[in-house]
Amino acid sequence: MGFLTTTGRAFLIFLEATGRLMLFTGVAISHCFRPPFYLRLIGRQMIDIGYYSLPVVGLTALFTGMVLALQSFTGFARFQAEGAVATVVVLSITRELGPVLAGLMVAGRIGASMAAEIGTMRVTEQVDALSTLATNPFKYLVVPRLIAGLTMLPLLVLVADIIGVFGGFLISVYRLDFNAAAYISRTWEFLEPMDVISGLVKAAMFGFVIALMGCYHGYQSRGGAQGVGAATTNAVVSSSILILVFNYLITGLFFS
Amino acid sequence: MMSTMQQKSDAPDGTKLDTPKLKLTGLRKAFGTKQVLNGLDLSVGRAESLVVIGGSGTGKSVMLKCAIGLMHPDSGSIRIDGEETANLKPRDRERVMRKFGMLFQGAALFDSLPVWENVAFGLIQGEKMSRSKAKDIALEKLAAVGLERRVADLFPAELSGGMQKRVGLARAIATQPEILFFDEPTTGLDPIMADVINDLIVKCVKDLGATALSITHDMASARKIADRIAMIYKGKIIWHGPVSQIDNSGNPYVDQFIHGRADGPIQMEVSQS
Repeated sequence: MGFLTTTGRAFLIFLEATGRLMLFTGVAISHCFRPPFYLRLIGRQMIDIGYYSLPVVGLTALFTGMVLALQSFTGFARFQAEGAVATVVVLSITRELGPVLAGLMVAGRIGASMAAEIGTMRVTEQVDALSTLATNPFKYLVVPRLIAGLTMLPLLVLVADIIGVFGGFLISVYRLDFNAAAYISRTWEFLEPMDVISGLVKAAMFGFVIALMGCYHGYQSRGGAQGVGAATTNAVVSSSILILVFNYLITGLFFS
Repeated sequence: MMSTMQQKSDAPDGTKLDTPKLKLTGLRKAFGTKQVLNGLDLSVGRAESLVVIGGSGTGKSVMLKCAIGLMHPDSGSIRIDGEETANLKPRDRERVMRKFGMLFQGAALFDSLPVWENVAFGLIQGEKMSRSKAKDIALEKLAAVGLERRVADLFPAELSGGMQKRVGLARAIATQPEILFFDEPTTGLDPIMADVINDLIVKCVKDLGATALSITHDMASARKIADRIAMIYKGKIIWHGPVSQIDNSGNPYVDQFIHGRADGPIQMEVSQS
């Protein structure tokens, strides 16, 4: 009986958390379509997510492209398929590694800061203060972050795709002695629009999930510094896991 | 102190003068198994300043949060100008919120905005006023709470606790609210600064002609800002009366509280059940 009680209680807690998250998401989305819109805040979030994440996302993409070229070259050499390096690099980056790695990096950078900022506002009653000043906290805090996440991640991933492929090109041409023109033409040869589009759709979804988790956990945080710390951890962990889950689901939708 | 309820001939919004500005009836709220509000009744008249006193954990804060709409009671009625507000839709809630101004315990200033934008926040975001015009009003309100011009461009983190409270007060009065709420206005301040804040509260409430509901456990503050005092204990109002009668209430709970005695009918819960 003890085992059943424990399992049942855990399951109920899980259902409760899921329900609360669904309600939060529903309210947040409904506010995305109703005025007033805080354009200044949306702009500020876009700069924070899009522009200031460029260095970390760019570096991640560059090294991923470089290591992909090295790995696939040495791996494929075993069955004389070195010629496939360019194709492997471009497909892996655009379909998979660009969006996922950019998503995980941004989850660490942005998701954590959103949860910490909103969580601190929550525990210091600043969120309540917003309400008393006739300003809806969802519209003021959550909506700008969701919109910025949804729109900026695809742009970031597009840049990451280009930098990643360029990283593969650098290693292939300057270290593995590929012909530059041949490498570029091989890159384009098997690349289809859907490869890039699927990656950008993933990115939009990841951006939304990162912002949603950051806002949700921040908004729910209670009990001072410890609560804010827990919210930050939960935001990063849950958005990272959701990114991997949605990555699988969206890949299944596009390519099965 | 004379009640100011009968001094005005007519309310500008047409509501009858005998309608209380704020009326809480049968308010109940529980967290888990702990019943925090237990059928609380309270009424605040027009342009009256009511202070609710009570110890920690008696339900003061929850009552205030229910009254202002930051928390939903499990049951009971909250009437503002006779209008039921316990279960308002979001749009109506925003309309009612415009009547309110609140000074939070920790001031709750937006730390990402400079002081003047904090004060002007309700004007810019709530009333869609232009930033330059809102800034002029913000500077005026800062002057009204005794803060210099140079403070306006500082950030809240650069201010002392007393200054933060003043900015919080300026923010609360900036939109000329009809009802002001004060959550422990003097907590965490030295006695002199506490008195300065009390004076400012009295002055601001009088200048606005506003109704005020405060909660505190600081008796000096309660005596200074209240027209009427109510005492909350175990989620109910157990005594209320004019501030002049607080020393002769004949209520052992009130006597114990205002004299700060450990012995008496109120037993502190020192262990969590």
